[in-house]
Amino acid sequence: MTALLERVAKAASTTAFGLSAAAVAFFLLAAAIVVGFLFWQTNNLLTNQVLGVLTAEARIMASEMKAGGRPKLAETVSAMSRLQGAGLYYLSDENGVKIAGNLNRIPPELVENARGGVFNYQPAGEAGNAHAHLAVAIPVELGPEVRLIVGRDIEDQRAFADSIRVAFLLGFGILSVAGLIGGLAVSRLILNRMDAITATSRSIIDGDLTRRIPTSGGNGELDKLAGNLNEMLDRIEGLMSGLREVSDNIAHDLKTPINRLRNSAEAALRDPRGAEAYREGLERTIEKSDELIKTFNALLLIARLEAGPLEDSVETFDLGRFVEDVTELYMPAAEEAGFALSIEAEKGVCVRANRQLIGQAVANLIDNAIKYSRAGEPGSAITVRAYRQNGRPAFSVGDHGPGIAAEDRERALKRFVRLEASRTQPGTGLGLSLVAAVARLHHGEVRLEDNHPGLKVVVLLSGKCLTSVLPGGVSTPSDVAAGDAAQ
Amino acid sequence: MRVLVIEDDRETAQFLQKSLKENGHTADLAGDGEAGLALATDGAYDVLIVDRMLPLLDGLSVIKSLRAEGNRTPVLILSALGEVDDRVKGLRAGGDDYLTKPYAYSELLARVEALGRRTAPEEQQTRISVGDLVLDRLSHRVTRSGEHILLQPREYRLLEYLMQHAGQVVTRTMLLEHVWDYHFDPQTNVIDVHVSRLRAKIDKNFDKPLLHTVRGAGYTIRDGPT
Repeated sequence: MTALLERVAKAASTTAFGLSAAAVAFFLLAAAIVVGFLFWQTNNLLTNQVLGVLTAEARIMASEMKAGGRPKLAETVSAMSRLQGAGLYYLSDENGVKIAGNLNRIPPELVENARGGVFNYQPAGEAGNAHAHLAVAIPVELGPEVRLIVGRDIEDQRAFADSIRVAFLLGFGILSVAGLIGGLAVSRLILNRMDAITATSRSIIDGDLTRRIPTSGGNGELDKLAGNLNEMLDRIEGLMSGLREVSDNIAHDLKTPINRLRNSAEAALRDPRGAEAYREGLERTIEKSDELIKTFNALLLIARLEAGPLEDSVETFDLGRFVEDVTELYMPAAEEAGFALSIEAEKGVCVRANRQLIGQAVANLIDNAIKYSRAGEPGSAITVRAYRQNGRPAFSVGDHGPGIAAEDRERALKRFVRLEASRTQPGTGLGLSLVAAVARLHHGEVRLEDNHPGLKVVVLLSGKCLTSVLPGGVSTPSDVAAGDAAQ
Repeated sequence: MRVLVIEDDRETAQFLQKSLKENGHTADLAGDGEAGLALATDGAYDVLIVDRMLPLLDGLSVIKSLRAEGNRTPVLILSALGEVDDRVKGLRAGGDDYLTKPYAYSELLARVEALGRRTAPEEQQTRISVGDLVLDRLSHRVTRSGEHILLQPREYRLLEYLMQHAGQVVTRTMLLEHVWDYHFDPQTNVIDVHVSRLRAKIDKNFDKPLLHTVRGAGYTIRDGPT
């Protein structure tokens, strides 16, 4: 019982309950105004009806007085008093002595009131009944020798008004209770969902990142909220596991070269050749430091890209022309290594993107192709392409080297992953993961495909990166359809 | 050259001071932004080396204040923040060049010397010559001993940049930034191949080489030994 009360108290203290209670209160107020107005209008109508009847009777009495004087009037009042209707009459002489009528006296409420009004009276035959009736009466001006009051019993109207009042209060009471119970039920429902979210958050704060907020499978706001929070948690979990992975990689992949650096310095110090050995040792140290710095820079850049967009770094450029430009930088080096580096660039693929990062991605891919595919043999061509695919800007680098097995492709995009085939080559194992990070920054993706033979790396950027360049070089974002040429 | 080093890390600052002196320059030190701004405003320096993260007043604010006062001394920004937008912010604040930590001293020296001897655009000569090698910037014609040398557009720009900085060491990164406008790591020494092709055209058939490799630093073009 106490637990139930506690639950009710908890539900009553919620925002949902407060809002429900406010809604119920607002509804009741609106209903009260409407019912009150109707009641007032009905009352006015009934009052006007009674006053109309009284005015008509007053006119009859005046004409009777005019026609037959006091006796005739007394006769008429006596006759009307006998009708057992709702009419009330009191006729007296100038000294206040009653002549005729069914009222015993002038009601005290009307003694001072020359214009008439409402009063209570005890109907004849109901003397034993303590219940007084409500009536309304007006004085009729018939000259100095008589005083006449014409009235109407309005007990029925009062009963009607009372029943309306009772119905109103009862209805409103039921509505209030139902509204509050509804509010409690709604808030209880919301509270249960909120409790689930709170409990999940608590578990996550305590370190269990695998927990997710339960959803009812519907399409309501709370389900949408839970869905969004779960997506956010997925992202956070991904970032956290990435962070753990990076920490592990740093521990494993960076400690080793740092250790080698130290060993190399120690070996130089122990070398009996002296100065010459020291010089060689120092040169080796600088070389190894440079390699380490490169690795650190690549790691930091990937982390930075994954943290979110870079401000101030987006510009509009022709992707085809730029990819061609970067490829030309590698042409002499590729030729010397025995490769036939060729470029197929679709012109007019204008993008709004980070030019330097796209350049870094192209450079990494060409560098990988040169490093990992066999040079100087037949089929040692490297083809770089820039094009539009299904309304999305894309570039690719294809080689005819050993390629990457289908099962290794996803893994190859992760940090520090160096496939067995590439172990003999120098490298950090960050090249492809940096390309993937650049693609993700542009809301795109990287696809590793079979080049029959060899590897083809396709970088697809988001269609939102496409722009159409207007004459004068003004560019506006557009949803250029596949195959449409930019202006 | 008179150089002012505004750097809060004492060891780094002293290393730079000592190294610059060894290369024939004088260097003053300031350990925070306010002291650096005061020295830069009062002293007549050829180049300022400004660390981006400084106590009391950060590096970019120091540069902005100097530029607001009309001080046009060339500034090399040093920073651990090396991404594209960091560079953009640094250069927008009024920096002339940007070097990311950790850096090779040879890279820093090459950049400081390039900044110190930078010529204003209106003073740029239309003909640059190193020994008997002449580059005409109006006709884009290159001759050596009066003999016309045919260059590709990129080779011409490479040579032009080297000749603009004749006698100075120019690093591979500087060439990549100024000739190609690339601020990313090319992974391999692609620049070396371009330079060796240029060298084949301007030195191969002549007794005296002009384009020299400076080991561990970069390249220099000069009429004489390195």
